[in-house]
Amino acid sequence: MAATISLQAGPFDAGAEVTKLTRGRTDIGAVVTFTGICRGDENGAPIAALTLEHYPVMAEGEIARHVEEAQRRWSLLGTTIIHRYGRIAPGEDIVLVVTASSHRHDAFASAEFLMDYLKTRAPFWKHIEQAGGGTWVAAKSTDDAAADRWAQQGGTS
Amino acid sequence: MKLLYFAWVRERIGKTEEDIDPPEGVATVGDLIGWLAGRGEEYAHAFENPKIIRAAIDRAHVKADAAIGGAREVAFFPPMTGG
Repeated sequence: MAATISLQAGPFDAGAEVTKLTRGRTDIGAVVTFTGICRGDENGAPIAALTLEHYPVMAEGEIARHVEEAQRRWSLLGTTIIHRYGRIAPGEDIVLVVTASSHRHDAFASAEFLMDYLKTRAPFWKHIEQAGGGTWVAAKSTDDAAADRWAQQGGTS
Repeated sequence: MKLLYFAWVRERIGKTEEDIDPPEGVATVGDLIGWLAGRGEEYAHAFENPKIIRAAIDRAHVKADAAIGGAREVAFFPPMTGG
């Protein structure tokens, strides 16, 4: 099953991506979309922007590997993942996950699985630009726990 | 072999990449971190807490005990914060 994976500096249109997946199809009964958006504050302090650094070839490979894993675990009829890099201002989109299936369960579960793995295994790092300087976002143990529960449910990742 | 550094590991070392030829006896990713940490203050700072450093060999995640023999590209970076 074809998957669309894009790492890009520019913005994306979530609605257009859903249309691309579903146009002319009558087998798809459920589409889940997740959009991650740049918040205007971090730990209560306003931010000017995020800059996402990434390891290009490895990021594509890791995302493709997890899409394949999702396709093995759930019955998917389409998958789109877009992850932006570079400078992103508050209110702008960062990441898009779209999963399509015949029924909602597989679309919901696979979208959550893909996001949990993007957070902890895809080589991206967020740098915060704030008044008074910049800091790197610290990894959260809650994100590791969210990804680990999928492994406990019998994955290979 | 080529080394790549990302995020604050890159900032602390002050380079995005370099070619190195580690001495004999540097067999694993953990050995390589230990050897790099002895190359100067900036490396010591980057690798001051080896437990939190993540590594990839030829663009695949590996653990500290992974062998580096035959590796073309080894990357070091902090825990990932994408998504």
